[in-house]
Amino acid sequence: MYLPDFDYYAPESVQEASGLLAQYGPKAKFLAGGTDVLHMMKEGLIAPEVLVSTKNLARLKEIYYETGKGVVIGALATHNNLVNSPVLQESYLSICETAHHMANNQVRNTGTIGGNIVNAVPSADLPPILIALGARVTLVSASGQRTLNLEDFFTGPRKTVIKEDEILTQIIIPDNSFTGSTYHKFGLRRSGALAVVGVAVAVTMEGDVCREARIALGAVAPTPVRAVKAEEMLKDQVITDQLLEEVGRCATSESKPISDIRGSAEYRLDMVRVFTKRMLRKAINEGHI
Amino acid sequence: MQTIIDKNGVKHYMITLNVNGDSYTKVVKGNTLLVNMLRDTLDLTGTKKGCELGNCGSCTVLMDGKPVDSCMVLAVEADEREITTIEGLAQNEELDKLQESFVNNAAVQCGYCTPGMIMSAKALLTSNPHPSEQEVREAIAGNLCRCTGYVNIVKAVLATADKK
Repeated sequence: MYLPDFDYYAPESVQEASGLLAQYGPKAKFLAGGTDVLHMMKEGLIAPEVLVSTKNLARLKEIYYETGKGVVIGALATHNNLVNSPVLQESYLSICETAHHMANNQVRNTGTIGGNIVNAVPSADLPPILIALGARVTLVSASGQRTLNLEDFFTGPRKTVIKEDEILTQIIIPDNSFTGSTYHKFGLRRSGALAVVGVAVAVTMEGDVCREARIALGAVAPTPVRAVKAEEMLKDQVITDQLLEEVGRCATSESKPISDIRGSAEYRLDMVRVFTKRMLRKAINEGHI
Repeated sequence: MQTIIDKNGVKHYMITLNVNGDSYTKVVKGNTLLVNMLRDTLDLTGTKKGCELGNCGSCTVLMDGKPVDSCMVLAVEADEREITTIEGLAQNEELDKLQESFVNNAAVQCGYCTPGMIMSAKALLTSNPHPSEQEVREAIAGNLCRCTGYVNIVKAVLATADKK
């Protein structure tokens, strides 16, 4: 399986990369890990005339904590960089665990968090947990930069608000009061499977009382979605099994899944109920896991 | 990285990389895949091509010590990187312990997945010399084998770990 011809550039700075993207417009594609872009090129779904490589932008791989800002994840961090990051292991093990259950080891060594977000596949695993944790993303172009909430980034399957000359440089998880968070990919196999349903939650507990909860669902709508009505039901409530069951039911009303080869819409809805309940219980009892 | 334009106007790129301990300078096209450069230019045909979409793992090589699917990596992206293929494991005509263990445990049937399987297992044992069975299975989850049912492959990897 061979690739069509293209010109290849490996710029040394984000500014230079953005300049190339602006110059070539829709003819250009940004190449990070390549696990999605090359795949689509091989399948004949896209045929960019120019690939702008991130090879020389290694600084965008760093994962660190910045006082006043929060945890900063460089967009070029590979999934295994996330798994092995001491910063994430300490503060958000839930992100490490999410990355650890993606694709397979070879893909985790090349695929990047930025690619997983920008490709905007509805079943992607990282967006739900990042949205639950309130993540923001920074988009940089030659003419400036902007930072927005990740949940406002997606507009449809493989569609986002990113402009042609913009580059996603970092994902920021602002300081917060969450006491627990977790994500579950419900797939048909343990390895190399796409999510039938993905459920991420983040909670702030004070004893038995839930002060705040965020629930983000993947693979059940054209974009990752928050279950805001379900979240509202948890606010300042004492947690009981019955409440969690009701919250799970409410979350299904905020999902609009389709039926496809991996599962029917009805099945997906029921799995949203089950895993919303279970993930809330897990994050409440076990913290960031 | 130097760019060379041929008489038809097609761009080629001069890359320098280390493969199995030897340094090479090669001129490749932008769309040349690492697996094709290894097999067609360097004659290192031990690395196999299966699905060519990053699912089956038969083209697994180590890039800077980490297993990657060489069918999903451009040769130009391997510029200044260190690549290890199955041919790089045997030293002085002597098989690597892991290769011997695959033979001794009958972990090979048709053999097509074996080079990729061994590269994944090699990376695991380098970073984690005494893995659990679960860790072995996770490490080779990106390497599909349609013959063995994996039992003897896992046995072979664990047997090598014990000997170290």
